[in-house]
Amino acid sequence: MMVVKIDKQKWSSGINQLKSTYDVYGPAKQGKTYEFQKLGSEQLPDLTVQNTTLSPKSIVFPQSEKMFSFHTDENKSGHHILKEMNNQSMPKAVLGIRPCDAKAFQLVKLNFDTCEYKDPYWIRAYESTTLIGLACNNPCSTCFCTSTGCGPFSETGLDVLLMDQGDSFIAKSLTPKGENLLKTATWSDSFDPATAESILKSGKEKAESKIASRVKTDQLASKSIMKIYEAPFWDDVAFSCINCGTCTFSCPTCWCFDIQDETKGCQGIRTRNWDTCMSPLFTLHGSGHNPRGEKTSRVRQRFMHKLKYFLDKYNQGIMCVGCGRCVRLCPVNIDIRQICNMMNSYQPS
Amino acid sequence: MQNPYLPYPVRIDNVTIATEDKSLKTFKFIFLDPNDEKKFAYKAGQFAELSVPGKGEIPIGIASSPTEKGFVMFTVFKVGLVTAYLHNMKAGDIMGIRGPLGNSYPWDLLQGKNIVIIGGGFAFTTLRSSIVYMLDPANRPKFKDIHVIYGARSPGMLLYKDELAEWERRDDINIHMTVDRTDDPNWKYNVGFVPTITEKKAPSASPDTYAIICGPPVMIKFTQPVLEKLGYDHDHIIMSLENRMKCGIGMCGRCNIGKELVCKDGPVFTLSELNRTPREY
Ligand SMILES: Cc1cc2nc3c(=O)[nH]c(=O)nc-3n(C[C@H](O)[C@H](O)[C@H](O)COP(=O)(O)OP(=O)(O)OC[C@H]3O[C@@H](n4cnc5c(N)ncnc54)[C@H](O)[C@@H]3O)c2cc1C
Ligand code: SF4
Ligand code: SF4
Ligand code: FES
Repeated sequence: MMVVKIDKQKWSSGINQLKSTYDVYGPAKQGKTYEFQKLGSEQLPDLTVQNTTLSPKSIVFPQSEKMFSFHTDENKSGHHILKEMNNQSMPKAVLGIRPCDAKAFQLVKLNFDTCEYKDPYWIRAYESTTLIGLACNNPCSTCFCTSTGCGPFSETGLDVLLMDQGDSFIAKSLTPKGENLLKTATWSDSFDPATAESILKSGKEKAESKIASRVKTDQLASKSIMKIYEAPFWDDVAFSCINCGTCTFSCPTCWCFDIQDETKGCQGIRTRNWDTCMSPLFTLHGSGHNPRGEKTSRVRQRFMHKLKYFLDKYNQGIMCVGCGRCVRLCPVNIDIRQICNMMNSYQPS
Repeated sequence: MQNPYLPYPVRIDNVTIATEDKSLKTFKFIFLDPNDEKKFAYKAGQFAELSVPGKGEIPIGIASSPTEKGFVMFTVFKVGLVTAYLHNMKAGDIMGIRGPLGNSYPWDLLQGKNIVIIGGGFAFTTLRSSIVYMLDPANRPKFKDIHVIYGARSPGMLLYKDELAEWERRDDINIHMTVDRTDDPNWKYNVGFVPTITEKKAPSASPDTYAIICGPPVMIKFTQPVLEKLGYDHDHIIMSLENRMKCGIGMCGRCNIGKELVCKDGPVFTLSELNRTPREY
């Protein structure tokens, strides 16, 4: 571990330095909202924003990603044979990612990096990305990260943790990747690690005390899937949902995708695109049969997947980091905190 | 890192019409690189993604048996985009196969047991694979009695008719073919729905007897109580599911029933396993 102090003047020169080695991403204004963007040559991350509207998952898992190319011209060799695309890019650095969004990558990794199969696209992108997290001094009212095994100063999944000190940042490297990045940026003014720990500790306590929103998850593991699945509240939960998919698109831990071929003349690519369990097409069979044809079954799938199936499958907690995006963005105010509490306290009669 | 989404290139070796209404065709594929055939080592009950560049991929049960070398075979029902395109493809065309995917029938467990295979309609593909596998001279001694109950709407809708006739003549397997109805005077087998024939022909339950059922939902719905009546435990009833799939390797998220991913944890489950999952299939 290495701790440095980054003077705000050195902040911008360091970032420009990073841009020769990394594609640098950070929060930036985009129309009316803030999103993670690849920063231009003189552009700095805007760290005044509490968090971006969409999660930064697209940096590792693009909304649409090319998998293979092919051609169908039978007069040329290699027709109808898929070829891997060269998706290689510069290593990426994400400045100002929040601890919840960094932890989300670790949860999603359980899906893409398994002992049987490895998803090369996700793994390559994740491994070449360095996450420089910004501790949350002022969490939003919808955040409930302290209930999800995360927190405003959580270090899980980060390579560097930054704490804003007004005119400077304290930067604590957590991995060799993080250390390399600090060196590349020539952020090297050393800072006493013990002092840093105590500043981080009091910052953490202060930030955590501001998080008023809590959910209970302690009973979820001991309840049977079928009991919660058959609970009587799902129709009520789903009643106002319009299946718009906003919750899944904005969520840092939602990873479902579709695979589609696109062609133009004899040239083609196979792509994968974000998909959503909220859409009836997600599970529709060719025969017309649909195992989740009803809205209630789709809404239930989303919450059961996040709060029960994932927990049972991996024993690594729930598949939600408490970022609050779905709570803030749902057009009909469906609130995962409330549903989680209902599931947690449900006692079948 | 090996890319699990990359199909093996194959050539269509031959296409045959499998049923009288031409809604099913059987495709034999040959791997362009013979080494790929070795990598594609499969067990009966597994499936593969058939990959038609420009159209997409579809999960299809492997109908050939691991004991048959030099090709892989699939029988495909025409329903939508990819299957309709495939039905218009011809010998010599190049496409891809990705797999083998999913678990298989539990062959270790089934060794030394009586096997009752119950199939309906065109869901007979991996059952054919299983029968050919068990009847292989090297494997037949590993199993006790084998019964097959197989039904279709009419005689012309039965898959693999030549093989059925051949198995029918053997004395180490009991074939019970049935059709829903027929006016064919030459039809010398059963007439009636699969559940009814199961009730009449299936051996009664024993700890050493396992039933494997594949068929349309309605057949499964009515066969299950028959097997229960015959005394079959739910962990002696084995089924294969067909949820909509894309990746086939447990990553894209659409095929789940509860916490199980049908593509990776399945498609083969015992009924007692299914009793513990939501009925989202
Ligand atoms: C494990 C398994 C084994 C199967 N074995 C066979 C078989 O041996 N023979 C056979 O004819 N059919 C089989 N099916 C069903 C077959 O996969 C679908 O009929 C086929 O995907 C329909 O594709 P389509 O493009 O023509 O239809 P469309 O309706 O145009 O479908 C578009 C896409 O949706 C997906 N899809 C649609 N329906 C299904 C479905 N029922 N199951 C899975 N994915 C679907 C596919 O990705 C498909 O490309 C099997 C399905 C599974 C899951
Ligand atoms: S954002 Fe709200 S309305 Fe839209 S799909 Fe999600 S829960 Fe339903
Ligand atoms: S489910 Fe909602 S609160 Fe939880 S991680 Fe996803 S968007 Fe954030
Ligand atoms: S088909 Fe993608 S997870 Fe099963």
